Amino acid sequence: MTNKTLLNVSDLRMQFGGLVAVNGVNLRVEEGQIVSIIGPNGAGKTTVFNCLSGFYTPTSGVVEFMGEEIQKLPDFKISLKGMVRTFQHVRLFNEMTVVENLLVAQHRHSNTNLLSGLFNTPAYKKSEERAMHRARYWLDKVGLTDVANREAGNLSYGQQRRLEIARCMVTEPKLLLLDEPAAGLNPKETKDLDNLIVSLKEDYHVSVLLIEHDMNLVMGISDNIYVINQGTPLASGTPEEIKGNPDVIKAYLGEV
Amino acid sequence: MLEAFLYFIQQILNGLTIGSTYALIAIGYTMVYGIIGMINFAHGEVYMIGTYVSFVVIAGLTMLGIEYVPIIILAALTIAIIVSSSFGWAIERTAYRPLRGANRLIPLISAIGMSIFLQNFVVNAQGARDVAIPPMISGGWTFGTENFQASLSYMQLIIFIATFICMSALTLFISKSRMGRACRAVAEDIKMANLLGINTNRVISATFVIGASLAAVAGLLLGLYYGVANPHIGFIAGLKAFTAAVLGGIGSIPGAMLGGIILGLTESLTAAYISSEWKDAVSFSLLVLILLFKPTGLLGKQEVEKV
Repeated sequence: MTNKTLLNVSDLRMQFGGLVAVNGVNLRVEEGQIVSIIGPNGAGKTTVFNCLSGFYTPTSGVVEFMGEEIQKLPDFKISLKGMVRTFQHVRLFNEMTVVENLLVAQHRHSNTNLLSGLFNTPAYKKSEERAMHRARYWLDKVGLTDVANREAGNLSYGQQRRLEIARCMVTEPKLLLLDEPAAGLNPKETKDLDNLIVSLKEDYHVSVLLIEHDMNLVMGISDNIYVINQGTPLASGTPEEIKGNPDVIKAYLGEV
Repeated sequence: MLEAFLYFIQQILNGLTIGSTYALIAIGYTMVYGIIGMINFAHGEVYMIGTYVSFVVIAGLTMLGIEYVPIIILAALTIAIIVSSSFGWAIERTAYRPLRGANRLIPLISAIGMSIFLQNFVVNAQGARDVAIPPMISGGWTFGTENFQASLSYMQLIIFIATFICMSALTLFISKSRMGRACRAVAEDIKMANLLGINTNRVISATFVIGASLAAVAGLLLGLYYGVANPHIGFIAGLKAFTAAVLGGIGSIPGAMLGGIILGLTESLTAAYISSEWKDAVSFSLLVLILLFKPTGLLGKQEVEKV
């Protein structure tokens, strides 16, 4: 193994009362990889995401991110460490403009208080300029420069999806968790998304963990795929291995 | 005819004066509600403390022999803002933060408790009776006929200008500054804001401090305008400002400004043309009417169910 392991999940289990939503899931994301989690609806994919990103504290199991156990940490600490997620339903600040959504995401990069803003100190100005510069860069990258000053809630669905990814990227993450980013997109928008994700990996060295139902997208860009069914791991491997796996076909299509 | 018109103008001026100060206090209610979805019932007390601190500073400086009015008022303003915003900050830390995540009724009770505590604290420290200061700023312009003279006092003008400056500064702060941006983000989706690394506790504290500072400005202005205060003025002023905030649409800053002005005008016009006994009844009836037809208030946004 030449790559460094970024995320290593072993024996993850999440139980809600008597319901075992996720059981015995193992995952590994190497630096610079795009890894996908697929599985039928209700298989527990989003629950896995919620455990990784700190929304849930897993019942048992270990989540290691950059060599550090994080399964007990609250969500915002995990995102500060560089693991940032998107949601199945887009969650933007709808009443703020597109560019403001990107600026507010960089809030933590600038340790300013109430007074420095009031008096417009040089340090404050400089860090605002930096934030603006980075926001502009990513707006251009995801093709939203023209709508920069529109309210985020008024964007088309595809634009909102791209804005959400841009909002993650301005925080300079190491690992991006994307929860069904192609849901609700038309084929053209899905193609753009495909290119964007590959570019994140190749140009910015960000690893991606992806939940997706669009098999063309998944098979086209993944280095590795994990299949989950009813909360338990079913198979894992390269796209070619998964395509030919009879168990996977059975889980998706039922008994043939 | 002319006299009737002048009389009307006079009522408008009086209404705008009182309405401006309602608006200043209402900002505190509406901002806190916008961010954490709770009503800060101790906010009226913060205004009352602002008045008291101003009075103490004014009396103290006058006793020291300082006679230059702008210096006295500037000192009173600065110290009132510092003390009131410290109280605002402390109220959040003691009555709200430990109860974050508890049932919504619980912080409501603790805020009412805080309000009673602060009233009694001032009663014990300063006495329950009215305190008064001599008029600092007198005079003004009068215009009209021999039978009726309308007047705009310098004090009223100062109230308009001070309110205008505060509101413009706040609007700029909220729309342009980084902290203001964070405030809006937290108001819209606190969980997401937290996830993006915004220190939401600090934003919430900032909201209380800003609201308290504006209440302190109102405390000083109304203190100078009326010249008297007692430890219980916070209750009724708080109730009026809260009404103004709800009227304009709670959670909306322009709404609080508009609500304050409308309430002030309604009160002064009712007092002038019906009877001053009826002014509260009419204002609250207006509130009920507006809420019947527009439950979110005049400028409030329709609450969208979050998915």
